[in-house]
Amino acid sequence: MNSFVSFVCGLLFGAGLLISGMTDPSVVIGFLNVSNMASGQWDPSLMFVMAGALGVYLPLYHFVVKKRISDNKAPVYAEQYHLPKAQRIDRPLLLGAAAFGLGWGISGICPGPGIVNLPTGSLTVAWFVACMLGGIYLASRVMRR
Amino acid sequence: MASTEIITPLLGGGLIGLAAILLMLLNGRIAGISGILHGALFTRGAGNWRLLFLAGLVASGLIAKLFFDSTPSVPALPLPLIALAGLLVGAGTYFGCGCTSGHGICGIGRLSTRSIAATAVFMTTGVLAAISFHG
Repeated sequence: MNSFVSFVCGLLFGAGLLISGMTDPSVVIGFLNVSNMASGQWDPSLMFVMAGALGVYLPLYHFVVKKRISDNKAPVYAEQYHLPKAQRIDRPLLLGAAAFGLGWGISGICPGPGIVNLPTGSLTVAWFVACMLGGIYLASRVMRR
Repeated sequence: MASTEIITPLLGGGLIGLAAILLMLLNGRIAGISGILHGALFTRGAGNWRLLFLAGLVASGLIAKLFFDSTPSVPALPLPLIALAGLLVGAGTYFGCGCTSGHGICGIGRLSTRSIAATAVFMTTGVLAAISFHG
């Protein structure tokens, strides 16, 4: 059941990205390029995607998942909750996020849409994903996590 | 504003949030795509759920391609620049422990200060890069 849930969640997550327009790099760039605001060409989509996603995730996490954790209940199909332990806002977090944002703003592609777009056969997307995996590999050689 | 700028983003976003919270509630896992990729690359054995989640993502793209003929409009940039962007996204999400999904949705959804800080930073540099390259 755990495996089935993983696959279905991937499928739903991808469907959400596709429906929301986030798999289209021009929509993402249209949001990040705020210089378009003056001319009325700015695309606010991404803001509503975040609102829609957080509108579901935030309350359910705080009222259902957190309660289960404090009641010492395990996830429905797993033995324990895997939550990040790091608390401190440190240099790797900030520099990493800054680098990620630059790559995202240049290409309009972040990891999820990159993977979802692979079956479209776009060479640019395939090249991006290959380089992204290369970036992960190189970074892992510099710092073990 | 057109419905493609409000209604479908809200609905699609809601579906993303639903998929992410189901993965947490049922399997106890964060739906952060970069973290799932890192884990799939470096975790031996127990990384199965990650490969299945990634397979689900690919399947959604395949369905969209076959039945809705969806084609993303990828920016016309020289390949070395795409390579640079890919490297920055890969290395940046590794050092920064997450991307738009892990920090922007799951992290902010858990009200994690690290994720709120990371999201503020990558939104800012994303805006700067988009203005510089597409403005």
